[in-house]
Amino acid sequence: MLPEIGHFALILAFCFALAQAIIPFVGSYRNAIFSIQLAKPLAHGQLLFILISIACLLYAFMSNDFSVQYVAENSNTDLPLPYKIAALWGAHEGSILLWIAILSLWTNAVAFFSRAIPLVFLARILSLLGILSAGFLLFLLTTSNPFVRFLPNIPAQGVDLNPLLQDPGLAIHPPMLYMGYVGFAVVFAFAVVALLNGRLDATWARWMRPWTIAAWSFLTAGITLGSWWAYRELGWGGWWFWDPVENAAFLPWLMGTALMHSLIVAEKRSLFKSWTILLAIATFSLSLLGTFLVRSGVLISVHAFASDPSRGAFLLQFLVIVIGAALLLYAVRAPGIRGGSYFSLLSRETFLLINNVLLVIIMATILLGTLYPLILDALNLGKISVGPPYFNAVFIPLMIPLLVLMGIGPLSYWREMTMLMLIKRLWLPFIGAILLTVILLYVSTGKLPGAVAMGILLATWIMVSTLQLLIDQLIKRKNISFVRHILGMFLAHLGVAVCVIGITLTSYYKVERDIKMSIGDTLPVGPYHFQFISVNNLQGANYQGVDAVFTVAKTNKIISVLHAEKRIYTAQQTALTEAAIDAGVFRDLYIALGEPLSNNTWSVRIYYKPFVRWIWFGGILMVLGGIAAITNKNKSAVKKYE
Amino acid sequence: MNKLLYAPRYLIPLLVFIILAFFLWRGLTLNPRELPSALLNKSAPVFELPDLMQPQQILTHQIFLGHVSLLNVWSTWCVTCHAEHAFLMELAHTQAVTIYGLDYKDDSAAARQWLAQYGNPYKAIAVDKAGQAAINWGVYGTPETFIIDKKGIIRYKVIGALTPTIWQNQLAPLIQQLQN
Repeated sequence: MLPEIGHFALILAFCFALAQAIIPFVGSYRNAIFSIQLAKPLAHGQLLFILISIACLLYAFMSNDFSVQYVAENSNTDLPLPYKIAALWGAHEGSILLWIAILSLWTNAVAFFSRAIPLVFLARILSLLGILSAGFLLFLLTTSNPFVRFLPNIPAQGVDLNPLLQDPGLAIHPPMLYMGYVGFAVVFAFAVVALLNGRLDATWARWMRPWTIAAWSFLTAGITLGSWWAYRELGWGGWWFWDPVENAAFLPWLMGTALMHSLIVAEKRSLFKSWTILLAIATFSLSLLGTFLVRSGVLISVHAFASDPSRGAFLLQFLVIVIGAALLLYAVRAPGIRGGSYFSLLSRETFLLINNVLLVIIMATILLGTLYPLILDALNLGKISVGPPYFNAVFIPLMIPLLVLMGIGPLSYWREMTMLMLIKRLWLPFIGAILLTVILLYVSTGKLPGAVAMGILLATWIMVSTLQLLIDQLIKRKNISFVRHILGMFLAHLGVAVCVIGITLTSYYKVERDIKMSIGDTLPVGPYHFQFISVNNLQGANYQGVDAVFTVAKTNKIISVLHAEKRIYTAQQTALTEAAIDAGVFRDLYIALGEPLSNNTWSVRIYYKPFVRWIWFGGILMVLGGIAAITNKNKSAVKKYE
Repeated sequence: MNKLLYAPRYLIPLLVFIILAFFLWRGLTLNPRELPSALLNKSAPVFELPDLMQPQQILTHQIFLGHVSLLNVWSTWCVTCHAEHAFLMELAHTQAVTIYGLDYKDDSAAARQWLAQYGNPYKAIAVDKAGQAAINWGVYGTPETFIIDKKGIIRYKVIGALTPTIWQNQLAPLIQQLQN
C-alpha cells in the first residue's frame, strides 16, 4: 500500500509543479496578485508531496519490501542500515528522485530567503523552477518510476546494493554533487528572468551571487568527496581519472567558477552583463548535459547507470526544449542588455575577463575530449577513446596562465591603473614566491626538478600575493572587519594553491609498486619498509573475505600496522578491494590486495603518495571560502535593501 | 530598432548548442560498446583446444558445423561473467541455440568447481589457458559472445554481458533467421 501512496504523492507533486510553472508566470504578466501570491504555497505543497514520496521509498528499504523492484534490485536483508538509506539514491530511479527533491529544496530556499526581491520577479523565478521540476517529475513517472512492483512473484531476497557504493564516501557524495548541479538551476532561473525583464542591474547581480556561490560550494564539496571515494574504494589509488562522469561534474564547476567572477564585475562595474547571463545559462546547461551523459549510456564510464534508450531520448528532448528556449531568448533579448562603463586595458576588469576566457577555453577542451569519441562515432569515422594523456596535455598548459593571473587579479585596481602601480604591488610577492620555492625545494631535496618547481612556484605565488592583499588592506584601513569582505576569496584562492601543491608533489614523487609478495617478505618503498605478516579470514554482515596484515617500518621502527581486505559480497558474488591506507598530512601509505597467486603469495599494490591529502584539503578550503563569502554577502545584501 | 542589428553574434550560443544536440541525438542511436569485429562474416578462427570437462578430448573449430552456435568467452575471475551466468543457464534450458564456452586464461580446477556450484550451460568448453585462441578471435575483454552459423561463419558479436534485452532484440531474431 505505501509504495502506491508514494507513487500517488509523486503524481500530486507533478500537478503542483505544473501549476507552479504556469499560474504565477501568467499572473506576473497580467498583474493578477492572487496568482502571483500562489507561487510560494505551490512550491511548499510540491516539496511536501515529494518528501512523502521519499518517506514511502525509505520505508520500503527499511522494511525490506522486495515487492518493490527498485528495493529488490538495490538492497538486501543483510545490508547495514546506513547503506539502506544510501541505497535510496544508489541507482538511477532513486537518484532522479533525489535530484527532484533537491530542486524542490532549493526552490523553497529561494522562496524563503528572497524577501528583498519584488514578488512579481520572485513569482517568475519560482515558475521557471517549476518548469524544470515538472519536466523531471514527468521523466521519473514515465520512464523511471521507483515504485514499480515485482508482482506476483515477490523475491525472498534482494540483489544487494552495488558493493562499490557501500562506503561512507558514496553515502554523501551524490547528494552533495546534486546540491551543486541543481543549485545552478536557481542561477539559471535568475538569468532567464533577467532576460525576460530585459535588464540585469547591479542589484540583480548581487541577488544572484550568493546562490551561485552556494551551488559552487556544494559542487566543490561533491567533487572533493567523489575524488576521495575513488581513491579509497576503487583500489587504484588515483584521485582523478578524467572519466566522462567526472568531467560531467567538472564542466559546470569550471563554468560556475567563471560565473562567480563575472558576477563581481556585473555587480560592481555594470559590465559583462549579457556575458554573465550566458555563463549562468551555460553552467546549468552543462549540469543537465552531465545528467544526460550519465543516464543515457552514450559514453562508456565506470559511473554509467544501466542505460535505457527511452530515458536518453526523454532527457535529450527536455534538454533541447529548456536550453534551446533559454538560448533563443538570449539571442533575442541579450542585445538589449548592455553595460556601459569604461575600463582600460590594464585593470581588474581585463584580468577577470581573461580569467573568464581561459575558463571557457578549458571547459571547451574538456567537453570536446569527453564528447570526441561520440562525435567521431556519429560521423562514422571510427571508434576511439580519449584518455588522461589528452586531458593532461591540454589542461595543464591552460591552467598555468590562470594560476599566474590568480596572483595578479586580486592585487589589481578597478577601472584603470598604470604599469608602475601594478609592479609596485606585485614585485614583493613575486620575489617572495621565487625565494620561497627555491628554499623549500633546495633544502628538502637538494635539487630543483622543473615540473615540481613550476607547480610550487605557482602555488606560493598565489599564496604570497593573496597574503600581500590581506596585509595591504590591514595597513591601509587599520580595520580588521574589512578582512571579512575578502575572507571568502582569500580562503578559496588559498585552497586552489594547496590543491596545486598536492597535485604537483603527489604526481611527481609518488612511488607505485605492483609486486608479488609472500608472507614474511619485506619491500622497501621510499623511506619505508613494508612487511607482509599474515592473511586471515574475515566475516562481515553481508560479505566474506580475507584480511592481509602488513607492518610498515621506518628506520627499523614499526610505525603502522595495515589491514588490506579483499571482500566477496555474498548476494552478488562480487569481489571488492578495500585498500588499507595509513593517512598523514605529508604522505599516505596505501596497500591494495590483488589476486592470490598461491596460499601464501599474493599480488600486492603498494603506493607511497606524498601530499595526496592536500588535494582534498584544498577542496575543503575552497568550500570554506564559499561559505565565508555567502555569510558575508547575505549581511550586506540585507543591509542595502531594508 | 538597433537591437536587431546586434543579433547575429548573440545567436552563436544557440547554434553551438544545436550542433551539440545533433551529435547527442546521433549518439543515442549508437552503442559505444559495440566494437566492429574484423571477423564478422568470416569463418571462425582455427583452434585445437582441450575440453574442460574431459581434458583428453580435443575441441576444434569444426564443432560449430551443422548447427547455429553461441560461443561465450568467460572466466571465473570475471565479475560480469558471474552476473551473466544466470541468464546463460536460462538460455540453456530453452535450447534455442547450442551454447559453447571458451574458458579464457583461467584455472581449470576453479572453473570446474564453479560450474558444479552454479550449473553448466555449455555443451562443451574449450580451455584457452594461454589466451592465444582468444587473440585470434579478437577478444577484447570477458565476457564476449559470438553467434556462429551452420557453416561456421561468425555472424554477430556482443561485447559485455548477455542480457535478456540483447537476446530478445538482437540475437533471437538473428538465430531464427540463421536456422531457416
